[in-house]
Amino acid sequence: MRAFDYHQAVGSEQAIERAMRREQARYLGGGTNLVDLMRETIEGPAMLIDVSNLARDIEESESGGLFIGAGVTNAELAADPRVRRQYPGLSRAILCGASAQIRNRATVAGNLLQRTRCAYFYDIGAHCNKREPGNGCDAQEGFHRYHAILGTSSSCLATHPSDMAVAMVALEARVHLRGRDGERVIALTELYREPGERPDLETVLTAEELIVAVELPPLPMAASSEYRKVRDRASYAFALLSVASMLELDGATIKQVRLALGGVGTRPWRAWKAEAALRGRPANAATFEAAIDAELAAARPQSDNAFKVQLARRVVISELNQRLAQARQGGEAS
Amino acid sequence: MNPFTPSHDTRHEEKPPGALAGDYWRPDGSPDPLGSGLHAGIGVSLARVDGQRKVTGQAPFAAEFRFADMLYAALSYSTIANGRIVDIDTRAAEAMDGVVLVMTHENAPPLRTPPVFLGSPHGAAGDDYPVMQSDRVHWNGQPVALVLAETQEQADAAAESLLVRYARETAMTDFEIAKSQAREPDSVLGGPATITRGDADAAFETAAYRIDATYTTPRHNHNAIEPHALTLAWHHDGKRETLRIHDASQCVDLAVTSLADVFGLDPGQIHVTSPFVGGGFGSKTLWQHQILAAAAAKLAARPVRLALSREGVYRVVGGRACTEQRVALGADSSGKLQALVHTGVAAMTRHNYLPEPFVQATKCLYGVDNLRLAVTVADMHMLANTFMRAPGEAVGTFALESALDELAELLGMDPLALRARNEPERDPLSGLPFSSRHLREAASAGAERFGWSSRHAAPGSRREGEWQIGMGCATATYPYQRMPGAAARITLDAEGATVEVAAHEMGMGTATVQTQVAAARLGLPVETIRFRYGDSSLAGAVLAGGSQQTAAIGGAVIAAQRALVDALLARLEDDSPLAGLSADDIECRDAGLGAIGNAVRFVSYRELLEQAGKREISVEAKAADSEEKSHWSMHSFGTIFCEVGVSEVSGEVRVRRLLGSFDCGRILNAKTAASQFRGGMIMGLGLALMEETWFDARSGRIMNPSLADYHVPVQMDVPDIDVMWTDIPDPHTPMGARGIGEIGITGVGAAVANAVYNACGKRVRDLPITLDKLL
Repeated sequence: MRAFDYHQAVGSEQAIERAMRREQARYLGGGTNLVDLMRETIEGPAMLIDVSNLARDIEESESGGLFIGAGVTNAELAADPRVRRQYPGLSRAILCGASAQIRNRATVAGNLLQRTRCAYFYDIGAHCNKREPGNGCDAQEGFHRYHAILGTSSSCLATHPSDMAVAMVALEARVHLRGRDGERVIALTELYREPGERPDLETVLTAEELIVAVELPPLPMAASSEYRKVRDRASYAFALLSVASMLELDGATIKQVRLALGGVGTRPWRAWKAEAALRGRPANAATFEAAIDAELAAARPQSDNAFKVQLARRVVISELNQRLAQARQGGEAS
Repeated sequence: MNPFTPSHDTRHEEKPPGALAGDYWRPDGSPDPLGSGLHAGIGVSLARVDGQRKVTGQAPFAAEFRFADMLYAALSYSTIANGRIVDIDTRAAEAMDGVVLVMTHENAPPLRTPPVFLGSPHGAAGDDYPVMQSDRVHWNGQPVALVLAETQEQADAAAESLLVRYARETAMTDFEIAKSQAREPDSVLGGPATITRGDADAAFETAAYRIDATYTTPRHNHNAIEPHALTLAWHHDGKRETLRIHDASQCVDLAVTSLADVFGLDPGQIHVTSPFVGGGFGSKTLWQHQILAAAAAKLAARPVRLALSREGVYRVVGGRACTEQRVALGADSSGKLQALVHTGVAAMTRHNYLPEPFVQATKCLYGVDNLRLAVTVADMHMLANTFMRAPGEAVGTFALESALDELAELLGMDPLALRARNEPERDPLSGLPFSSRHLREAASAGAERFGWSSRHAAPGSRREGEWQIGMGCATATYPYQRMPGAAARITLDAEGATVEVAAHEMGMGTATVQTQVAAARLGLPVETIRFRYGDSSLAGAVLAGGSQQTAAIGGAVIAAQRALVDALLARLEDDSPLAGLSADDIECRDAGLGAIGNAVRFVSYRELLEQAGKREISVEAKAADSEEKSHWSMHSFGTIFCEVGVSEVSGEVRVRRLLGSFDCGRILNAKTAASQFRGGMIMGLGLALMEETWFDARSGRIMNPSLADYHVPVQMDVPDIDVMWTDIPDPHTPMGARGIGEIGITGVGAAVANAVYNACGKRVRDLPITLDKLL
């Protein structure tokens, strides 16, 4: 690990000002990923600006959604009664990730900005375009069982590893950013870039821009949202595939649906094509199959991760069937 | 608790439990009375004697010792598998704060190549690669530089700043290519690489029922909870140089003799201690890090601590080799085996002596007239493979016991019945009688407790929601060994006894069990026994490996007890109640010596010491020659039962129940034994379902050198594990016990694979059984 300066920020304005004044400064949340990367010499910031004590509250927004401070820990967010009631799939997603110790440290913003776990990204002896653009990608012909089949390029196959972010893109989360030019709000789906030729550029954040909050809009059907994570090891493993889903019926027709996938995309993958193929259609097996096939049509499987096409197909159909059964039950109950 | 009726070997006359052990290792000898099951202290669940120290942080591990003025070491590892170092730019590192030394092949002192375990009688090294003596690189991950600095952080930062340029040469790093050039090794664990009996190939061709399949197992890496570490100092008193090492070692004596070779010293100049070891599993032997740390400490003339990072363990310490195995079974319609072929290839190097011995279990399990076993090796540019819990048996039983399951299905037989049908009367290869084999009893008792009879023979018959449920079983086995060289010292004083053996406590409960055994043997309360171990200056040499340590210590303490009794009898006064008795008439009881069968003729140790005018009496003795295996075939056995759920949606496998029923002779401590069995079985779950080293075939580099990517089971992967045992003493071993350290991992891979097949009808012959193989 390289020596670095450390500054504990007292407010977001001050943190941003510090970042503007210093080359190679990085914001520090819980440190559960950045510090690891510093130990591995993948990251070598000259200064860490600790923002983990800022923005620690979860508040109800005027519209009835939730406004989550960037410094809220993963554990706090998962345990929040409002989250568990209104967005249970998000709570489930967070609890599927990492370990209790890590969730106690990791922050919301840090979770969103965590970097891939690609083994070649982590090994300075390997070629990696994400570490060094133009250096090549050893994962293409190497170990890529955990890698993406959607949104990939010949430069990079790495997945975004977050579970929380997958649930949040399904919930249409919006990210509040603050930078030198003031505040802006973007959809979480717009935060991430696809790798293309420049897998080192992972988000649309500008140099000093700081995530200050995540806003979850009100979404009644999210009260029955779910998250399913698939992995060989029952805990403490990244997703080979994960599915965040929720469904609202209008009679036998799908009125609204949200579907997002983890473990298969280079970014938290909102399944827009599948959603479009579901909305307004009869809620049945044929629709579900057509929808996931529409989403996976663009998949570019490689040798080690080809199974994910079949896996995603089966798990998504199974999840949609379960959401359908729940929605029907709910309909009967009301 | 125990469903077995203890059976006593009627060939031998019963002796009281306090009597001195006879010559258990000879056909005309008598069993160790401690194994009889009559001694109240043997078998009970004594809690770990060091448990409180461990959980309160009072038990010092190798990286927790300190020397004044100590430096910290960090290693830099090669990123090529074969070639030369063109240059190492050390200038930046040398200029960094706190850096005292950067050692490379250009300034390392002359170091002789270490003697290799199995290659030399006093070798502890995992390989005989030269240690930083030239610009040659032999494997990807080889240490190319060592930095010493005032703090660990400074050493790490400097090691990371080194710039190394290499001239790459062609390397054999692809097992698929290497195996096409496989060779027969000179030997496998000292025996022939190929073993034939009858004509297995001809018998197979004509057999009515045949299974012929290929099974593959991946590389595994060691992940003991305590990464390898040492703290050491050189001393020179003007006349003599000595080297003092606190190491994490499972072979303190072999470490001394090997390091003496490397540094050109007399073994008496090196002292290695290892009071606590956080798991060894075959890996805590001698690798380059100890040699490099000692060399650097010498150059810097200061003490050094070197603690490998988790990645460092993957780069410097070998693991289990990958294998590709063929098992061909031929049987008649009754299930009687007509032919058994078990052959294959394992990755290896030209620099070590351990062809992964995957046919070991096959040598003793089934009675078959036509047998062919062969191990070949594929030479690769890699860190030498090494011992890892049940080397051979762990992966060999996966292949063999999967094939048995396939044959059972082909025959329409219950898998347990097929195994029972082929129980041998004598050792199938040597023809020797078994010293004690009660596999049938263990299997049927396990089956009953597990509820095996509720298994549906047809795969896919049972489901709960999306989960398909299946049951499987497999046989476990591991050989008994008692290596030569063990000795013990017993020092008797008024307070009790100190028992000293150069043995090891790596978490398995040695200190506890040996305290218990010594108390029983000497007729003393457990609290008055001080068991000392983990110190190369102690008598004899005992390796904590091959599941042999308990027997090896037992044999040494038996000899020392007899020497102690002889010493006490020699000092008797003429009017002593014991006068005229020989050691064979004596038993140790109630903190003293008594005549067997006579309650009156007794003298306490305290009185014996007083009468002898001694504060203490100390004796040392060597264990009897390890002759028993030339008279009997000696193995432990067991049957593993497993119930799994396989998701038909995702292919995920979750183990729901696991039971091991073992036949390992006398169990000395029910509590620590249960933990040993469970630990082995959990490691077996890892082998079955997730453990796999990502060895990049292009670069020879291990790509998952961390516990985040190299998966071992976590709490949620482990169901309640039931363990049980026959507790039938083996009449030909010390205490009637056979080792239990390794057998737990054997059979588990196949039991899981067989259960997966029973659940969903998919036969996975390639470990680990990951979900993509079940979609």
